[in-house]
Amino acid sequence: MARSNQALRQGAGRRLVVAVPYAWLLLFFLVPFLIVLKISFSEARVAMPPYAPLLEWAEEARRLVVTFNVDSYVFLLTDGLYVSTLLYSVQVAAISTLLCLALGYPMAYAIARATPRLRNLYLMLVVLPFWTSFLLRVYAWVGLLKTDGVINNVLTALGLIDAPLTLLYTDFAVYVGIVYSYLPFMILPLYANLEKHDLQLLEAAADLGARPVTSFLRITLPLSLPGVIAGSLLVFIPAVGEYVIPSLLGPTDQLMIGRVLSDEFFANRDWPVASAVAITMLVLLVMPILLFQRLQGRQPGVGR
Amino acid sequence: MADLPLDSAPTLPAAGGAREYVRIENVTKRFGDVTAVDDVSLSVMKGEIFCLLGGSGCGKTTLLRMLAGFETPTSGRILIDGQDMAGTPPYERPVNMMFQSYALFPHMTVEKNVAFGLEQERLARPEIERRVGEMLEIVRLGEFARRKPHQLSGGQRQRVALARALVKRPKLLLLDEPLGALDRKLREHTQFELLGLQQQLGVTFIVVTHDQEEAMTLATRIGVMDRGGIVQVGRPSEVYEFPQSRFVADFIGSVNLFEGRLVEDEPDHVRIRCAELAHLVHVDHGISSAPDATVWVAIRPEKIELSRERPAGDQNIERGVVRDVAYLGDASVYLVQLDGGRSVRVRLPNVERHASDRVARDEAVWIRWHPSSPVVLTQ
Repeated sequence: MARSNQALRQGAGRRLVVAVPYAWLLLFFLVPFLIVLKISFSEARVAMPPYAPLLEWAEEARRLVVTFNVDSYVFLLTDGLYVSTLLYSVQVAAISTLLCLALGYPMAYAIARATPRLRNLYLMLVVLPFWTSFLLRVYAWVGLLKTDGVINNVLTALGLIDAPLTLLYTDFAVYVGIVYSYLPFMILPLYANLEKHDLQLLEAAADLGARPVTSFLRITLPLSLPGVIAGSLLVFIPAVGEYVIPSLLGPTDQLMIGRVLSDEFFANRDWPVASAVAITMLVLLVMPILLFQRLQGRQPGVGR
Repeated sequence: MADLPLDSAPTLPAAGGAREYVRIENVTKRFGDVTAVDDVSLSVMKGEIFCLLGGSGCGKTTLLRMLAGFETPTSGRILIDGQDMAGTPPYERPVNMMFQSYALFPHMTVEKNVAFGLEQERLARPEIERRVGEMLEIVRLGEFARRKPHQLSGGQRQRVALARALVKRPKLLLLDEPLGALDRKLREHTQFELLGLQQQLGVTFIVVTHDQEEAMTLATRIGVMDRGGIVQVGRPSEVYEFPQSRFVADFIGSVNLFEGRLVEDEPDHVRIRCAELAHLVHVDHGISSAPDATVWVAIRPEKIELSRERPAGDQNIERGVVRDVAYLGDASVYLVQLDGGRSVRVRLPNVERHASDRVARDEAVWIRWHPSSPVVLTQ
């Protein structure tokens, strides 16, 4: 009896522990999501709040009127601006992710293979930028990239260029900003994966006749795939919706989806369209995550 | 043993006319201030199973890793088949290794693990598939070809590791504690499998182990290592019956050691006075030592007789009381405290089934050993 009582109490404790994150998700993710979803199906109007309710009690007709408006979504598809912005955002995010991977993989590899003392130092250096405000760091890039900024001045002083380069307000500046800001999110999961690798596997590969390049391609790379995917998602997903970096560093004629969303909300006060943009983005971004989780589920024993 | 006049093993080669395959010349390996391997010289013959036996940290694994090419000797040379291996990376050596942890590739199936080495040789697909299939049959893993390592038992993984190394048809196979992770029954079984495979394929084995039983059953010759050096090389029976030092006598098997002084030194016998024994120890062969030098008498527990009555004769007989009995099933070990206070281990096979016939605790007993049994050690 006492035993089952204890098991019951343990079960209750366990449920309580699990309940906290679930309550958090419910309150701060699911409920806001449903609100945004609701707004996206409403009609915009000049009022406070700036959208029509979905359910309305028509007093004289004595009936409940449900208005389910898909105008916002139709508008998104028909107005070329949204599609092109979304494609551009995905393109910028994808290229930035690849750049982060190309830069981050060797860095993560070097950190994972460094001596324990150096390893901690390197990790601290990777995390160090987080101690300064993200906004400040992006502003600092304005100072570096602008026409009479640090980079142009140095290059001119060295006699490498005659006229200053146009660096700021270009795609290039956006890539620099995103890669710079999100690189740690690529390095850390990759490092966590590479650090766990059994180095004896590489010795075994060498012993079986594999040169170092082959060992890397056939052993290290496949085993680090979960790290690659995790790092790529951590960079890709926030990069698609990135607002600050393209606003401060990017070209003014090509907006990213995050900027469009914010403009719809604050400048146009068209909450339904803004909500529709948010929902569309969410659906498009959830797909790669689901894909990733299926991939992970299919490879037990890899990257334990 | 009667044909061995001196108390030292004859230094025979492993087999008549065998060809030297591995030669280690004055190899030393230092890691910072630590000398892991200290001036080791060794020859291993073709087709031999050579066991490097020693406790943890004795340098045996480091020596093995230098043969495989994972470590570079600080000084000295390693020759395999007459070729100096200095500067040859692991992937170009005619050597394969079976790792203690097996080091199977977790993301590859059994089949792909075994095929990996052949793919590096750029063999044709059909050839690879044929040889992988053959090798999996030899180690009886044919039906597990599509499994991943984590879906296999310890014994199966061990056989995959073996197959992966052997499929390359190496002339020399290095095995690091090959049976270490297996339970006792599986170990005994696998030992004989290994021996069979070795004979079938004619590979030279160098095995590293800390387990003397494993070394005894597998090895054609054993190299006992201590603190980075090889202290004795010989066939299993030589190392057991003719240890050359107290370390070897004590490390391999169990032994009773008595410190003493030579009082009579003749070519055909010696007498040794030991403070802990009531009588002089009579040994029926001569030894090469300075007179009056300190020596040690080593007697194996199974070479001592135990009786309730005083045995006939007047040599090598001591009196004592049984203080403890350890029943091992096939044998019992008796801890006999001599009149001088010193305890001696005696091991007797349990011939009788009924415990009442055996000597029990607190009984007064006599112990006796044959004059040929003691080994006289000078170091």
